[in-house]
Amino acid sequence: MATVTIAGHTIDRNDEGFFEDPDQWNQEVATEVAKEEGIEELTPKHWQVIEFMRKEYFEKGTGPTVRMLGKTSGVTVKELYQLFPKGPAKVAAKVAGIPKPRGCI
Amino acid sequence: MAHRIVILGGGTGGTLMANRLRKHYGSDAEITVVDQDDRHVYQPGLLFVPFGLADPEHIVRGRERQLHKGIAFRLAAVDRVDIDERIVTLEGNETLPYDLLVVATGARLLPEETEGLTGPGWNEKVFTFYDLDGATALHQALEDFDGGRIALNVIDMPIKCPVAPLEFSFLADWYFQDRGIRDAVELTYVTPLDGAFTKPTASAALGGMLEEKGVSLVTEFNTGEVDGPGGRIVSYDEREVPFDLAVVIPLHGGAEYVERSPGLGDELGFVPTDERTLQSKVRPEIFAIGDATNVPASKAGSVTHFEGEVLLENIIRFLDGDELDASYDGHANCFIETGFHKAMLIDFNYDTEPLTGHFPSSVGVPLLKDSRLNHLGKLMFQWFYWHALLPGRDIPGIGPDMPTSGKVLGPR
Repeated sequence: MATVTIAGHTIDRNDEGFFEDPDQWNQEVATEVAKEEGIEELTPKHWQVIEFMRKEYFEKGTGPTVRMLGKTSGVTVKELYQLFPKGPAKVAAKVAGIPKPRGCI
Repeated sequence: MAHRIVILGGGTGGTLMANRLRKHYGSDAEITVVDQDDRHVYQPGLLFVPFGLADPEHIVRGRERQLHKGIAFRLAAVDRVDIDERIVTLEGNETLPYDLLVVATGARLLPEETEGLTGPGWNEKVFTFYDLDGATALHQALEDFDGGRIALNVIDMPIKCPVAPLEFSFLADWYFQDRGIRDAVELTYVTPLDGAFTKPTASAALGGMLEEKGVSLVTEFNTGEVDGPGGRIVSYDEREVPFDLAVVIPLHGGAEYVERSPGLGDELGFVPTDERTLQSKVRPEIFAIGDATNVPASKAGSVTHFEGEVLLENIIRFLDGDELDASYDGHANCFIETGFHKAMLIDFNYDTEPLTGHFPSSVGVPLLKDSRLNHLGKLMFQWFYWHALLPGRDIPGIGPDMPTSGKVLGPR
């Protein structure tokens, strides 16, 4: 775990860059994390996904998978990849300040 | 009055629960099992069919024959469940009221949800071995295959038996070596995961084994399209894997009626279920078992088997008005065929990943290491399945809780 300062806020992140505490998140921080991930500007569609991921996390204890996002966020899987080209579930979870979505085995 | 227990699904979970409940309650419960067909497929056998190592007819038996006397079997498709009224409606409008419902209808393959997958080339050069027809068709295709590129593609999780695609790769290596054409066959394993498997220790061991067997690994590949005529699998981020023959594990979802029953399932048609008690989160009198649940365990028969013991206890407690037992730990246990008459064994649960060591204790069989003994275990399991597991008998030495002695904890 590492403690870093992003947009003037102190954030605890794990080795993969996911937030340890989703309550440390805010929109300014999200904008900076997005830049780290190569997303220069967060559009309304990005925010729709980010807000949806946070809502799901707080309701269910884990962020949704890409397939769940495609079915429930109002953004298709194809669009999700356009918004978060390096992998929607992981990158959107980082930007949304929630832990890495739990995969099933 | 006798408890009215309706069990939807006559597969592994539904059958073993019906038999266990019948044994416990005798005539104090009216138990009805519903299924839309009378063909119970021994699903681990599907892996062997493509390679001619199992005859399709030998892995299918009647569902009704597996149920103990006194259990009613209804051969019908479920139209919907009304969770408020506690009524199951069958196709044709017949209704089955229940005091307690067990959802055991497993997972359904959804190949049509992936662009192009069921288009031209489906069952000609694009196959799945996750159902009997597909496995049988693939057998013929492999027999006719004289060389070229075979891509094995897991579209997304969750899937039934997450190790089966790996086993398929290992067996394909063996099969083509046996036929003397292994050098002419390029095998590629294409997965949405970031490694051969989800958990680090097993992923390293299984990834190493793919490498040893000359199977290329493509990771973090999220399939957007399967182009049969063009012989390409295309990811959403526009990478391509070419193939002459593709073996695809389609998306999985719950049974169709779950989607038609308001409030019963989640977005993928699985029943939201407490991972420790197996009581549904939608209604207290609804329980779920096996692949029909959304619990974060592997969709495998061994999980269903271990769940069965806790579920029986909880149904009894629920009907008696007692507090439920929250002891299901996610225990799963699978043999992984590695070819050349050998297999590995993995044993894990929600909290402990598949580790090296021995099972069930330090003097048992090796874990994450292939051996002839494990292969024999896998072959013998089919007998246990029909004669011990489905009738609801306990398998000696293998209990519902994951054993920890014998496992090497921490880094290897």
